[in-house]
Order: sequence, then C-alpha cells, then structure tokens
Amino acid sequence: MSSRERILGRVRRALADVPPDDTPYEEAVPRPYLRRHGDRDVAGTADLLAANLADYRAVVHRSDTAGLPGLIAHLLAQRGSASVLVPPGLDPAWLADTDTDITRVADRAESTPGELDRVDSVVTGCAVAIAETGTIVLDGSPDQGRRRITLIPDHHICVVRVPGQVVSSVPEALERLTPSRPLTWISGPSATSDIELDRVEGVHGPRTLEVVLAEDGDG
Amino acid sequence: MSTTYLGMPALPAPGDRAFPSFPQAAHAAVRDTTLRGNLRHATHTIRAKRAKAVAEVSDWAQLREAGRRIKDHTLRHLDRYLVQVEEAVTAAGGTVHWAANAAEANRIVADLVKATGEREVVKVKSMATQEIGLNEALQAEGIRAYETDLAELIVQLGKDRPSHILVPAIHRNRGEIRDIFRSEMSAWGRPAPEGLTDTPAELAEAARLHLREKFLRAKVGISGANFVVAETGTLVVVESEGNGRMCLTLPETLISVVGIEKIVPTWRDLEVFLQTLPRSSTAERMNPYTSMWTGTTDGDGPSTFHLVLLDNGRTDTLADQVGRQALRCIRCSACLNVCPVYERAGGHAYGSVYPGPIGAILSPQLRGTATDIDASLPYASSLCGACYEVCPVAIDIPEVLVHLRERVAEGGTATRGGNKVVLRPAKGHAAERAAMRAARWAFTHPGALAAGQRLASRTRRFHPRALPGPGRAWSAGRDLPAVPAEPFRDWWQRTRGGKDEAK
Repeated sequence: MSSRERILGRVRRALADVPPDDTPYEEAVPRPYLRRHGDRDVAGTADLLAANLADYRAVVHRSDTAGLPGLIAHLLAQRGSASVLVPPGLDPAWLADTDTDITRVADRAESTPGELDRVDSVVTGCAVAIAETGTIVLDGSPDQGRRRITLIPDHHICVVRVPGQVVSSVPEALERLTPSRPLTWISGPSATSDIELDRVEGVHGPRTLEVVLAEDGDG
Repeated sequence: MSTTYLGMPALPAPGDRAFPSFPQAAHAAVRDTTLRGNLRHATHTIRAKRAKAVAEVSDWAQLREAGRRIKDHTLRHLDRYLVQVEEAVTAAGGTVHWAANAAEANRIVADLVKATGEREVVKVKSMATQEIGLNEALQAEGIRAYETDLAELIVQLGKDRPSHILVPAIHRNRGEIRDIFRSEMSAWGRPAPEGLTDTPAELAEAARLHLREKFLRAKVGISGANFVVAETGTLVVVESEGNGRMCLTLPETLISVVGIEKIVPTWRDLEVFLQTLPRSSTAERMNPYTSMWTGTTDGDGPSTFHLVLLDNGRTDTLADQVGRQALRCIRCSACLNVCPVYERAGGHAYGSVYPGPIGAILSPQLRGTATDIDASLPYASSLCGACYEVCPVAIDIPEVLVHLRERVAEGGTATRGGNKVVLRPAKGHAAERAAMRAARWAFTHPGALAAGQRLASRTRRFHPRALPGPGRAWSAGRDLPAVPAEPFRDWWQRTRGGKDEAK
C-alpha cells in the first residue's frame, strides 16, 4: 500500500464517528465578519494607508502623476544610488527625470543573485495596496518584475496609484488578486522580533522601503 | 505503540536519551533566574502588544469563529481536500509526495536533495521539519542544512533546542546571543563582525551578513507552509525577516514539508487567517512579508517544486473526538505567551518542538502517551483557560488537557499509527484512581458520607498539615483543605438553611 493510500485510509477511519454532511462549503462556514473596518472615503483610505505604512517604518511620499518622475529622481539621488533595477513593464515616464548617470539594469532571466546584489535600488509598481494593514502586494506583473528583483537590492521604491490600486481591507485585496501568480505581500521593510520579542527593522529583505502614493490627475 | 522517530534537533540519536517528565524538567528551569527573567520580559512585552492589535479589530470574535469553522470543516472532509491539494499542485507544475511518518518524510527530502547533486540547503523556519528532525536526518546523509530565521540561527549556532514556536530563542537574551554569534559564526561561514555589541539592530545586521552568502549561492530551499489552499494549490508562508522570500525565490529547487492539517479549502479563507494570525503571533496588523506561490512560474522562482504532505501522528489525533480540535492550530503561539506555566517553566521543559499549552495537548497526541514526558504533559497546566481565551481558532485547550489526563490515568482506546489500541492506565496514578473510586462509593451512599463527614469534623484538630505516604507528593505543592467544625449538611439542618442562624 502506498503512503498516499495509507494516509487517506487513516483519515477516513479517523472520521468514522462523524455523521455524513454534504452541506455546500458556502453554507458550512458563515462569514458574519466585516468586509472592511469602518467607512472611509477615497482620501480617508489613502491617509490610513499612509499612516499604517509609516507605522511599520516604510517611508511614505505623496505625489500627483505629473510630479512622479521628479520625485523618483529625487529619491534615487538622495539615496546616492549608482544603479537601479527596472522591471520590463515600468512606465518609462517614471524614470524620465532620473539622472542618466544612474545605470538602468534590466530584469533579465539570466542575471545571477550575485549580480542583483550589486544593484543599489529597484523601482516598481504594485498590484494592490491595503490601507488597514499598511500592506503593498506585488504579483509579478510587468511593472513589478520577478520576485527576486524586489528582494535582493537594499532599497525598494514602490509606486501605488491612488485611488485605483488602494483597497481598505485584506478581504478586498484577496478578491482582486490572482492566486496563480506568485504573490509577495509587503508590510514595511524587513524586520524581526526574534531578540527579546522587540521589533527591529532591517534584516534580509530591502532595509529601506519607500512607498510613493501617486494620486491620479494633476492635483 | 508507535515507534516513529520523532527526532529533536541538537539531541543524540533517537532512543539514546529520553526526555525527563515535565515536573523534573521544569524543576531546574524555574530555578534559573536568567531564564525566568528572559521569559518574563518577552512574554509580558508581547501580551500587551497582542491585546492592542486584537482590540483594533472590532469583529475579532466573528473572525475567530469563522477560523474555527473553516478548520473544522476542512478536518471533517480532510480526505477530499488532500486529494484536491494533490490535483491542484500537480496541475500547477509541482510534485506531491506523501509521508506517513517522520522517517519517510526525511527519506523523501534527503533523496530529493541528493538528486539535485547539492550538499547544502537553506531552510525557512518550519515547525514540521523540526518535528521530524529533518536537519539531523540530512546531516546523516552528508547534507548540511542552514537555518536562516534569526532565532533558528541562534538555536542552531548555540547547539540548543527551540523553546518557543514563534521565537525559538526566546530563552536567550541579547547578551547571550552576542556571545553565541561571536564564538560560533566562524565555524558555519562568515564570522561575526569585529566589536559586535548586544544591540538588537547590530545582532540582526550580523545575521544578515552571515547568511547573505548562503542565500545567494543556494540551489535548494526547504520550507514548511502556514496554509495550503486546496482549490488553487497555493502555498502561503508568513514571515518577517525576508529569509523566507530568499529561500522560496532564489533556489532552483524548492521542497516544502507540510502537515496535512494546514489545508484551507478556498482562496477566500485566507481573508480570515491573514487577519488573525499576524495579530495573534507577532501582534502586528500584518507581518512584514507573506509569500504565496502556486506550483512553479516560468522565469520567476524555483523551476522545480516538491510538496511533501506529512501525517506523523496527525491522523491518530484526528481519530480522537475531543483531541482532534488541536489540529486547528495555526502555530501563532499566543497561548504560550499568556500561559503562567510556560512563563515559569520555559519551552524546553515540554520536551518537544511544540511547547506551551498547545504543545501539552499536541505532543501527547502526535507521539502518544507512552513516555514519561508525554504522559506528564497533560498535567503541565493550571487549567486557568487563558490559552483558550487568546486562541484565534478557539481550541479549548483545557478541555483537551482534562481529556488527556483521563486517558493517562484511566487508560482506554486511542489510535496509534492508524490502528486502534487499548492503553493501560499509567503507573503512578493508582492512588488517584483509588481515591476516585472511594469518592464514587461515598457519594452514592449518603449515610456513609454523613457519618464520615461528622467523624472528620470531630477529629479535625488531629489532622496533619500534609498527607503521609504516597499522598505526600500531592500535598507538597498544595494546602490540605481545612475541615469545618460542622459539616455543611448538619449546619443546614440545624439552622434551616441559615434562617435560624441567630440561634
């Protein structure tokens, strides 16, 4: 007998006492909990996102779409980055104002982790952002690239389009995401609570996370 | 009885050494003032934070109830969901393996690693792989496993055992951690930086530098999972440091060892647990990183993915009508942090990778109650119920503890290795059983009870303060109840229930 059959057989024998129940799953588990906590307008939700991101030590910037290229240029210059990783589908306008001395590094399949380790910064979009938890979610779309490009460089600039990409809650975020895509949920920079249960920011992932909330329109 | 190897990290080969019973192990721990201080500081810090994080969510009770129902439903139909997981993961490009016990899981993983030609692996913190003693099994095959979670690294470098589910090095303070890094890192790779101090930020930086070279060259990663979604075949790992992302993304081969109770039926179910787990464990609105992957993705992450579904006592636990609720556990560790016994005894006394209240009901079910440690664990509690209060999936831990105490004291049927067995009553509980039999007789013979009570009252000035003979152990930690001058029933009759009290 294979272990598969053995385990499935044990499960069935273990449940022999339980009466049959063919209630459909949707009815078996009622969900009286809230879809979101509190009612906020678009501005209120963006404010909550900004506050919760900042609470977990992400650096939050706010901009309109027109000001975005200037802001990204400023952030890269301020950081002193010599190189920046660029996902294939990043809006070229976002880096239009960035100093041409800063090397643009493409997200290539053949680049090794060691090569990525020598890149200073990475700029991406995101799939969705969750206000209640201060979370941004990446799904590997062309404006975000492979998972490793937002992991190895020590400085991540993530642009969130407001209000289009902002939701209030975890349930709302899951609704928008595609499970088959590789997903990374990020709430602040890398951190640990392993020493005396005190939270310390900055371990293996990017130690600096800058989130730009880019509001649609010109003001 | 099962002869399954349930290896513990940093211990001699199985069978070489049995764990002492909980009272023996705790006896030493409660006298260790450094340990007591470390545990008290850490558990009290996290308690207050957790309470705050939970209070932020007005529908906590509803989320908790939904979590309980999702897990109960999954366990009720576990055979169906296991098959669904297998189909979905296979369809997404993964390979599914089934392991009935620890030895089989270790064999599968070791063979998979050897097939890659690699001799080292990087590991994400995983309770399941600790439970089966995977690191030691790999070492025996000449494969070196590097723990990459900061606390696991501290434990591995210190040749120590984990003492907490979430923070395995909770028994170490910052000074001890610095000393371990200074003396041990060089034997494993990059040494600790010169002049390393004990500030947590510097210690985290030392770990970052030490592990980075390992991440960047790793070809095989090994993980567990917090959740497996049956309908999509998606695995979920929640973490803080980014070591999980490194191990899940950079290697070419990923092997995930997951207990069969980790399944949730639908994608939507994550909306419950991704709200309750972070707040219960690290007391955060959300943990810094959560990775979700479904099979393999072309050009992004590992090109080979193996899922090892682990039983190792879980189906035996499932067979117990009272005890099966322990399989709802999502390993948040909130019950450890509020437990007065854990706070004083520490995690090592529980003799298992699962310490604290959840360990006291999980270990004796996964491993059986044949050993001293497993037979004593159901008693490692004051039954205060704080663990049940904070449990995000509403496991009634006190109920299961009492149930397991009954099994230890009275014996009875249980399931071991998939077979029904009849357990004999454990030794050492004969006096307890005799007392219970005597009580049963007395309560069904009112005349004898009344006569006995009067006799006790009249002789009360001669009563000893401690019990003699075999009762001494019982009264060593308790005061004997004072016998009243007059039995309650005599008083009730004499005063007509207190109405004539003035007389």
